Amino acid sequence: MRVRAQMSMLFHLDKCIGCHTCSVACKNLWTDRRGAEYMWWNNVETRPGTGYPTGWEDQDHYEGGWKPDGDGITLRLQGKGKALARLFFNPALPQLEDYYEPFTHRYEDLFDAPAGDVQPTAVPISMVTGEPMNVDGGPNWDDDLGGSDIFARNDVALDGVDQTIRAQMEEIERVVFNYLPRICNHCLNPACVAACPSGAIYKRGEDGVVLVDENQCRAWRMCVAACPYKKVYYNWSTGKSEKCILCFPRMETGQAPACAHSCVGRIRYMGVLLYDADRIPEAAAVSDAELVDAQLDMILDPNDPVVIAAAHEAGIGDDWLDAARRSPLWKFVKEWGLALPLHPEFRTLAMMFYIPPLSPLVASVERELYRLELPPERQDFELFDRLDKARLPIRYLANLFSVGDEQVIERVLRRMLAVRVYKRRQSVEGVVDDATKDLLASVDMTPEEAEAIYALTTLPTVDERFVLPPYHREMSIETLNDPLAHKGEVGVGYLEPPRRGW
Amino acid sequence: MSDTVAMIVFVAFPYAALTLAIVVTVLRWKLAPFTVSSISSQLLESRKLFWGSIPFHWGIVLILLGHLATLFFPATVAWWNGVPIRLYALEITGLALALWAAAGLLVLLYRRLTTARIRAVTTPMDLVVLIVLAVQIASGIWMAVGYRFGSFWSVGVVVPYVWSLLKLSPRPELLQPFPFILQLHVVSFFVLVAIFPFTRLVHLITLPLPYLARPWQRVVRMRHIEPVG
Repeated sequence: MRVRAQMSMLFHLDKCIGCHTCSVACKNLWTDRRGAEYMWWNNVETRPGTGYPTGWEDQDHYEGGWKPDGDGITLRLQGKGKALARLFFNPALPQLEDYYEPFTHRYEDLFDAPAGDVQPTAVPISMVTGEPMNVDGGPNWDDDLGGSDIFARNDVALDGVDQTIRAQMEEIERVVFNYLPRICNHCLNPACVAACPSGAIYKRGEDGVVLVDENQCRAWRMCVAACPYKKVYYNWSTGKSEKCILCFPRMETGQAPACAHSCVGRIRYMGVLLYDADRIPEAAAVSDAELVDAQLDMILDPNDPVVIAAAHEAGIGDDWLDAARRSPLWKFVKEWGLALPLHPEFRTLAMMFYIPPLSPLVASVERELYRLELPPERQDFELFDRLDKARLPIRYLANLFSVGDEQVIERVLRRMLAVRVYKRRQSVEGVVDDATKDLLASVDMTPEEAEAIYALTTLPTVDERFVLPPYHREMSIETLNDPLAHKGEVGVGYLEPPRRGW
Repeated sequence: MSDTVAMIVFVAFPYAALTLAIVVTVLRWKLAPFTVSSISSQLLESRKLFWGSIPFHWGIVLILLGHLATLFFPATVAWWNGVPIRLYALEITGLALALWAAAGLLVLLYRRLTTARIRAVTTPMDLVVLIVLAVQIASGIWMAVGYRFGSFWSVGVVVPYVWSLLKLSPRPELLQPFPFILQLHVVSFFVLVAIFPFTRLVHLITLPLPYLARPWQRVVRMRHIEPVG
C-alpha cells in the first residue's frame, strides 16, 4: 500500500444555480491576461448542452483520455512514437473556434465618434487580432438553452436516452436542464501528464495538484488534445500550456480555491482524500461496468490503523490525517455514497466529485391543472418510487457520472430523496411516521446519518465546507532559504517575465 | 574572391556563428528557459499549417539527415554513388524532398503574412528565419539542378571544408574556386547557425526523445512532509 493524499473538490449539483461567480473569480485571479482570455479554468455548463469547448466529451473527435488495450490501457491520442511523429501537426488539437474567439468592444468609439444622426456603437473587436469581428460564440453561449435543437440536442451524453423521452425534453413545457461546473479534475491517472513529450506536466506528490512547468513546456500541445475534459489550455501568446492549479498558492496559505470560496450557492466542498497509489494501474484498466467501484475502492479510510501507519510511512503527517478524517469529501464520497466522479469512462481517475442533481417529476397538464403521475398517498415521496419519471432522465445522469449504469445514479438519488422526505416529515409535520422510517431503512440510512447529511448539505460553516490541511510552507521554504529573508523577498519582480519567446 | 574575403566569409564568420550559437543557446537555456519553445500557432490556424508544417518539417529534417550522413560517412556516400542508378535515385530523392520542403515553406510564409491571427503573433525574427530558410532551400535546389551532382562532388569539397573547420585548421581555399551559389548555400547555413539562438529555431534542440523511454506518469514531491504533532 502506497498512501498518497489528494486535495479534492466536491460539487453539490443540487445546489448549483448557474451564476458563474466561480468562473469570474477564477478569470479575475488567473486568466485575465493576453493569450489566456479564452481560457476558463473554471466554467459552468448548461446540461444537456454541448459545453465548452464545444462537444468536449466526444472523444471520437478529440481523442482524449485512455482506452482499454489488452490487459491495460493506452492513450486514445497516441503511442509514444506517434506522439513524436505528430509534433509538427496534431490533427486532434482543438481550434480556437472550438472554444471561441475572445473579444472586447471598441468602447472609445462611444466617446470619440463625431456628431451625427445615429448613435455611435462600440463594435466588437477580436482580442487576438484587434480587428472588428462577428461574435458567434462564447464560453457559455448555450447558457440556459435547455431543449434547444442546436445545443442541447447535440449533447453526446444523451446517447441511449429513450427517443420519446428525448422528444419530451425538447417540448417547451418539459424543458429541463441543470448546471455542471467544471475545473481540472486533478486526476490520479492524468492523460495530460502521460501525453506531454517534454515531461513538463506533473502531479504534485503532497496534494495531488497537476501542474505544468512552463519552463519545460515546449508547446508540443499534446496535453490539450489528450485531456478528455479539455482542461489544459494553450496560451497562444506565450506559447505555453496552462491549466487550473487548484489555487495552490491559496491552499498553501489556508484559503480555499477562489472558485470554491466565491461560490454563491455554497455547492463546493474541499477536503483531503487518501488513496492507494499502487492500485492506480489496476483501477484504470477494469471493465467499464467496474470503473466507478474500482475508483471508489482506492480511497482509503483515514480511521483505519493500517492506513494510518502506511500514511506515516509515506510521510503524511498527523495533521493531514486529521484533515482527512474531517474531510467533507470523505463523508460525501465514501461514508454516505452520494458523490461520483465525472465521466469515469475516460479512465483518468478524475478526483473532483459530483453529487448528481435531483429534478422535478414529469407532470402532465389536465384541464389547465398539473397532475403528478403518482398515486396520491405516495405523492409526498416524490420521485422515490418513480425515478423513471424524473424530468432529467436517469440515463442521462448515468452517462455523465457512472458509465451508463443507471442503478448507481438511482441509489444516490434515492438516498438524497430519503433525506429530503425525512427532514420534511420532521419539520413540517413534527413527527416521522413509519412509512418514512421504512423509506430510510430501504436505502440503508439511519436517522443520525440523514441528520448529518442534512447538516453538511444545508447548514455547513465555511470551516466545515473547506477542511484544508496545513501545508507547512514555512518548512519547505526553510530548506531553500532563510524564512525571514524569504518573507522580505517575495513579490520582488519576476525571475523571468512570462513573455513569448523569440 | 580574394583570400581576405574568403577568410572572413568562410572562416571568421562560421567560427563567430558557431560560438554565438553555442554560447547564447546555453545562456538562453539557463537564464530564460521560458522562452525556449516551438511556439506552435496551430490553435489559431490549422488548415494552412497542415499543408505547410508537415511538408516543410519532414522535407527539411530528412535533407538535414542526408547532409549529416554525408558529413560523417563520406566514404559510404561515395561508394553508394559509384553506381549511376543509385546516384540518380539519391539525387532525385533529395531534390524531391527539397521541393516538398520548399512548397511547405512557401505555404508557411504565405500563412504568416496573410492570416490576421498569425500576424498578431509574428515577431520580426520569425520572418527572418523563414527568409533565410528560403534562401537556404532555394540555393540547395539550384545546385541540385544546375551543378549536378552535389552528393557526388561535395564529398571531395564541402566535407573536407567542414571537417577543417571542426578540426580548427580551416581551409577556406577549398570553397574559393566554386560557383557563387554553393558559397551562398554555405554562408546562409552559417547565418542560420548564427541566428539559431535568437529565434524559435532553438526548438530544434528540444526534440523530446526521452519521451520514448519515460514512464507515463510523473509524480514530483518537493519535500517529504514530516509527521507533525
